[in-house]
Amino acid sequence: MIAAGEQAPDFTLRDQDGEEVSLSDYRGRKLLLVFYPGDFSPVCSDQLSIYQEVKPELTEKGVELVGISVDSFFAHKAFQEKLGIDTTLLSDFEPKGEVARAYGSYFEPMGFANRTLVLIDEDGVVAWTYESPNPGDFPGANLIFDALA
Amino acid sequence: MSELTSTAVPPVGADDHVRGQGETVIVYADLGCPHCAGEWQRLSQRRTRIVFRHFPVSSKHPRAPFLHMAAEAAGAQGRFFEMVDSLYADRGRVDDPHLWERAEQLGLDLERFEAERRSEQTRLRVRRDFESGIRAGVTATPALFSL
Repeated sequence: MIAAGEQAPDFTLRDQDGEEVSLSDYRGRKLLLVFYPGDFSPVCSDQLSIYQEVKPELTEKGVELVGISVDSFFAHKAFQEKLGIDTTLLSDFEPKGEVARAYGSYFEPMGFANRTLVLIDEDGVVAWTYESPNPGDFPGANLIFDALA
Repeated sequence: MSELTSTAVPPVGADDHVRGQGETVIVYADLGCPHCAGEWQRLSQRRTRIVFRHFPVSSKHPRAPFLHMAAEAAGAQGRFFEMVDSLYADRGRVDDPHLWERAEQLGLDLERFEAERRSEQTRLRVRRDFESGIRAGVTATPALFSL
């Protein structure tokens, strides 16, 4: 997995509305990438729901939150609406998992992104990472705030 | 804005909602959550000192914040756990008219109930529990802590 201190690899992916979003769009702001296995899966749903509840606090600390999975942007749109969240969801669909691989967050045996967090600073440098010990567990929001402290 | 860094589960305090005798179990629960409803039934049948803490996840259960505030408002009139029991026993009827019906059945002052369930003070009380759960690492409900 990518390590703190490394330059975050740039990428351009489509969001839930089909619009292209690049890492460079976030230069000047902190960005938390939330790599997750799949839309509508139970743990991913819980994870994004919990993070939605603390988005105001993240925003107050200058952090933008973006989710990335290998799902299509159509699925992202439906997932976003079903969950009632407004977190931007990016589609790492084609080539499948290319961005997750670039960040060392692709789980090859299952063909989806591993459950990882990557905090990128205002200059595009990785400030902190977290890799779940298994895809069934997700990092509590407290760990994100610990990293920001 | 609140601090949400890691900290231990707060010990039972004077304004916690506590019921029963026996082993103390702190429960972070969502009143819209079916898993919490099942666990609530199991816990209520055991000899347990239950400490209820609010953990509504509004994106999963959009009515949950309103239910938690209703429970707090009922609690202000001494009927917190009766309202929680009622909400978990019937999760299908949780719109405002159903809450008023419950409040009437519990003998609450409706005007006071309405004012308090919509108040900022009540919202902050619910949010305080939620934030303590976040800081303790709660990621799903129900989350149980034995002390």
